[in-house]
Amino acid sequence: MKRTLSKTSINGFINYGIVIAAFLILQLLMAQGMISNTLKSLLVPVCCYIVMAISLNLTVGILGELSLGHAGFMSLGAFSGIVAAMAMQEFSPVPRLIAAILVGSIAGALGGVLVGVPVLRLQGDYLAIVTLAFGEIIRNIIVVLYVGLDQKGIHITTNSAGPALEEGGIMVIKGPMGAVGVPKLASFTAGFVLILITLFVVQNLVNSRAGRAIMALRDNRIAAESVGIHVTKYKLMAFVISAALAGAAGALFGLNYSSTVSSKFGFNTSILILVFVVLGGLGSIRGSIISAALLYILPEMLRGFEFITKARMLIYAVILIAVMLTINNPALKSLLEERDLSLGGLLGKLKNGGRAKKGGAGQ
Amino acid sequence: MSFLSNILTGVSLGSIYAIIALGYTMVYGIAKMLNFAHGDVIMVGAFMCFFATGRYGLPPLVSVLLAVVVCTALGILIEGLAYKPLREAPSLAVLITAIGVSYLLQNGAQLLWGADTKTFTPIVSGSLSLVEGRLNISYVSLLAMACCLVVMVCLTLFTSRTRMGKAMRACSEDKGAAQLMGINVNSTISMTFAIGSALAAVAGVLMCSAYPVLSPTTGSLPGIRAFTAAVFGGIGSIPGAFLGGILLGIIETFAKAYISTDLSDAVVFAVLIIVLLVKPAGLLGKYVPEKV
Repeated sequence: MKRTLSKTSINGFINYGIVIAAFLILQLLMAQGMISNTLKSLLVPVCCYIVMAISLNLTVGILGELSLGHAGFMSLGAFSGIVAAMAMQEFSPVPRLIAAILVGSIAGALGGVLVGVPVLRLQGDYLAIVTLAFGEIIRNIIVVLYVGLDQKGIHITTNSAGPALEEGGIMVIKGPMGAVGVPKLASFTAGFVLILITLFVVQNLVNSRAGRAIMALRDNRIAAESVGIHVTKYKLMAFVISAALAGAAGALFGLNYSSTVSSKFGFNTSILILVFVVLGGLGSIRGSIISAALLYILPEMLRGFEFITKARMLIYAVILIAVMLTINNPALKSLLEERDLSLGGLLGKLKNGGRAKKGGAGQ
Repeated sequence: MSFLSNILTGVSLGSIYAIIALGYTMVYGIAKMLNFAHGDVIMVGAFMCFFATGRYGLPPLVSVLLAVVVCTALGILIEGLAYKPLREAPSLAVLITAIGVSYLLQNGAQLLWGADTKTFTPIVSGSLSLVEGRLNISYVSLLAMACCLVVMVCLTLFTSRTRMGKAMRACSEDKGAAQLMGINVNSTISMTFAIGSALAAVAGVLMCSAYPVLSPTTGSLPGIRAFTAAVFGGIGSIPGAFLGGILLGIIETFAKAYISTDLSDAVVFAVLIIVLLVKPAGLLGKYVPEKV
């Protein structure tokens, strides 16, 4: 027992180490002026996507429920974070950013509760379809939402004329045009800190009593229930934390651009994050970090090659299917188990996905 | 009169949803999987018809048949290549694979046929004027309703009377027992996919005739709405898909007419969430308690 515990905490420290090292190296390179402007502009979104991938991994890999509306929580976080940041004009950037991220994560968490409470009691693929529906609802609602700020507070309306504002009031969200005139508060350092916080939250959750309960639910719900694990409570816990982290990432993402439209957070974004998680390895936090960073930056770097830009999502789709078929291949699985092989690196982590059915054997 | 015309629009839209939902519900009933790629098969069917009539000038009936044949083959191919190897895999893996297939079809179509929106030539045009011209029903709407009825009747007869249909019902009840009775489970599942995909082709042509725009993402949202219809009616139940589809079409049309066009999807999905909350098994589905 002690050995496994120390192993997991070492694993956790390696993750922190990777993130800190990457941050320091990038900072050093930036100081030397060795990073192009294109790459620099990608740093904050990459941080957001890494947080998104880790948080989605909590739902898909650790809890074992498929969420297809993760971008919906990101959207909630982005727009509420933008409103919060705009409402605090008189403060300096750092507290504004922190407040925005906090508001974003609260909005995400509320969304998570709203979706999770009815749906997590159901079994099967319903969560997938409801989260998908939820993402679309959020996108739909933000398109018709007009939010303005003035001395008296926040005004929200669906009237396309916008709310009646007092003198000096500003419009924050303009319906189909999305949020405009957003202060660019996000910075790479903030993204880095957010990743560390995410790692801290998720890793400590996974290694806690609650985390073990959550994984037990994934591996065998009936067995877990029979030893007294409260199914809805732990499912909701994982789901809401995941949604809150997505909200925080959304707030950071929203404050990185001067304008944001809700179609940025559509079904495609949710799938993109799912691709990151699956390719990094279900249940593997390190895998999520690495695959999100690589898969987000690589296509942007390869923009020069026309074919890759065009076929990017096609390639992702093929890889997604191929990975799923490979890790669930009975011949390969029995071969691995027979020889007690654990392929190092990516594939070893991927085996976790198949483990769900085996009731967690071999751990 | 606008109320009546809304009802008619709703029913005809709902008929299309019902045909799509039948594909979802049959596959779900038998393979216990959510076939995400179903919506994109609709798109492929519509594209086939689009090219057959638009580019090669084939008569509408031939191009619809062509679309049906291509989609049936596509359905069997998808099932054989992507889903069959995952029969024993956890449902999460199957679901992710299905999403992968859906993405593959969408992006493949985008590469092959371009991402731009095309104008679909309806297979029938014109409309029927009733009550001194105050109520217009397009022939496409009538065709959609007729198709839906025919499909419903045929499927009901098929599943209750024929050997293959009985095999399907047996497989959806208990695969192991069905296999012991000498039913070839694999070919039965392939057959289900074939029927579902053929229906998807019909639905695709009807949908694009009623709303004549076509792009690689045309199928995805109607696919999700039709899935909502299937869940609404009770997933796995054929009359349920019919009822759910029609009701959803009416709800959507009314939401568009009386609430807001932008919010119609939100209303439809809110219906889904409420149904799952109040009656998770759907209107006509039966609740099956889990045995340990």
